[in-house]
Amino acid sequence: MNYLNETIDSLHKKLADKEITSKELTDQTLNDMKAKEKDISAFITVNDDAVKDAEKVDQAGIKGPLSGIPIAIKDNIVSNGIKTTAASKILYNFMPVYSATVLEKLEAAGAINIGKTNMDEFAMGSSTETSFFGDTHNPWDFDKVPGGSSGGSAAAVASGEVVAALGTDTGGSIRQPAAFNGIFGIKPTYGRVSRWGVIAFASSLDQVGVMSKRVEDSATVLSTISGHDEHDSTSSEKEVPDYRANLNKDMTGVRIAVPKEFWHEGTNPEIIKQVNVAIDKYKEMGATVDEVSLPALKHAVEVYYVLASSEASSNLQRYDGVRYGFRAKDVKNIKDLFVNSRSEGFGDEIKRRIMLGTFALSAGAYDAYFKKAAQVRTLFIEEMGKVLEDHDLIMGPSTTTTAFKIGDKIDDPLAMYMNDILTIPANLAGLPAASVPAGLADGMPVGLQIIAKPFNEQAIFNAAYALQEENKFYEQIPTALKGED
Amino acid sequence: MISKDEILHVAELANLKLKNDEVDNFVSQLGKIVDMESNLASVNTDGVEPTYNMGDTSTTFREDKGIRTQTREQMFENVPESEDNLIKVPTIVDKEDDE
Repeated sequence: MNYLNETIDSLHKKLADKEITSKELTDQTLNDMKAKEKDISAFITVNDDAVKDAEKVDQAGIKGPLSGIPIAIKDNIVSNGIKTTAASKILYNFMPVYSATVLEKLEAAGAINIGKTNMDEFAMGSSTETSFFGDTHNPWDFDKVPGGSSGGSAAAVASGEVVAALGTDTGGSIRQPAAFNGIFGIKPTYGRVSRWGVIAFASSLDQVGVMSKRVEDSATVLSTISGHDEHDSTSSEKEVPDYRANLNKDMTGVRIAVPKEFWHEGTNPEIIKQVNVAIDKYKEMGATVDEVSLPALKHAVEVYYVLASSEASSNLQRYDGVRYGFRAKDVKNIKDLFVNSRSEGFGDEIKRRIMLGTFALSAGAYDAYFKKAAQVRTLFIEEMGKVLEDHDLIMGPSTTTTAFKIGDKIDDPLAMYMNDILTIPANLAGLPAASVPAGLADGMPVGLQIIAKPFNEQAIFNAAYALQEENKFYEQIPTALKGED
Repeated sequence: MISKDEILHVAELANLKLKNDEVDNFVSQLGKIVDMESNLASVNTDGVEPTYNMGDTSTTFREDKGIRTQTREQMFENVPESEDNLIKVPTIVDKEDDE
């Protein structure tokens, strides 16, 4: 099955009308994946039992909108009996004995876990190049990165291998790859979705979200995975809306803020052009647009890398070679076991973040770095909150560049970190945010970022849907795929 | 700027062992990153509370009853080495003094 022209609705109709069974759909999905994976490499592990899972759904009968439909899952979301590695050598053989709440919810809705997608190691990166399992290729240009860290999920969706995929977003890891691949991707409000069973990177920033070609498909999936979970005390008890049923593309009277700092001097002018065209469309549709200022934005990358790395250095202490994962050989004592397993098991970027985080938390540096960053984060939350008092949405570009060449930035960590400047603010403030395709710049996709008030994902879906119905970007076939046929 | 000694100290705290060329790399790369981070000092944060946690901070409660999670066998499935239902690790107390 090639999903480029399919939606959850179109698939559900075929399944409900018995035009196709879930088993057949899953079989066809695996066949299409086999052909495309040679160029894309979006998956680390394909679920060998997917067809059996589909047969069970067929036997039970097609029910809700996701029933019988294959979905891809990022490989930092644990899956019972299916290898879960977070793209790290240190978890190369890890076989979970339970599933993350988000996956349980998808499976309860009848969705088929078709496989686990490639990513930057432990979700630390913006290009999927830090994966222990190799690079993923952008379906618009195979020589370019798919972005990251949810690069495998984004490429799997953009190439039509699946209709939707789960990703995670700590500093932009859903929105940046969504922008780079010309698809929609949403990171919900912190607390909207349970983090139980999601391999921790930075616990005050991590959030699971959805990627799909069509806005309405992410709306369906997000409603399915959201809600309170007693295993995650930070998950909210707020009611979960039916985002799909409530979709409304009327933009009349919607108040949009555009922070002038998002029109960053380093941003590709072609991206700015496409984003301005999109914002003008909203004006034509009846929205009001005001320029605002977020002065703390210039410190966003600094705040993020101190806080995210500090939390990561603590979260990643659990990898010691004792209870699971990679264990170093030929060690004399337990200290060597810890140190050698970690030193041989973690990649360079992970070590860099652990070192930075450990430094920021160490005696003598704590006040100047960790505490200081946490204080600037407060200023940031206040600034964004103030803008959202008088506005429904904040908009700007999702990224400063389009997808770059594989290998171009991997040796320059600071340049790589600067990729995240426009996506970090929503994570620091815990706000829902998405990237929706706005057009092309030099032949590569451009994303418009939309940020909303806490728990107002509906406003994002509505605005993204309005733009989608105007520009119909989903009709475009990724350039590199055209050469294949 | 960050010195070679600081890098070695931080690596020790983080349970990481760095090869010589890695140490030099970290001195230069982490030095640049820490220099960038030092820009934070220019922000006035007098009297500003730090934000360490996110979310609806109200605590949620559940009924106080036992729930079944994983079994011992399941928890051992990923253990690299075990013996008699225990996780096997190398010597904990160093014997170097006896050698």
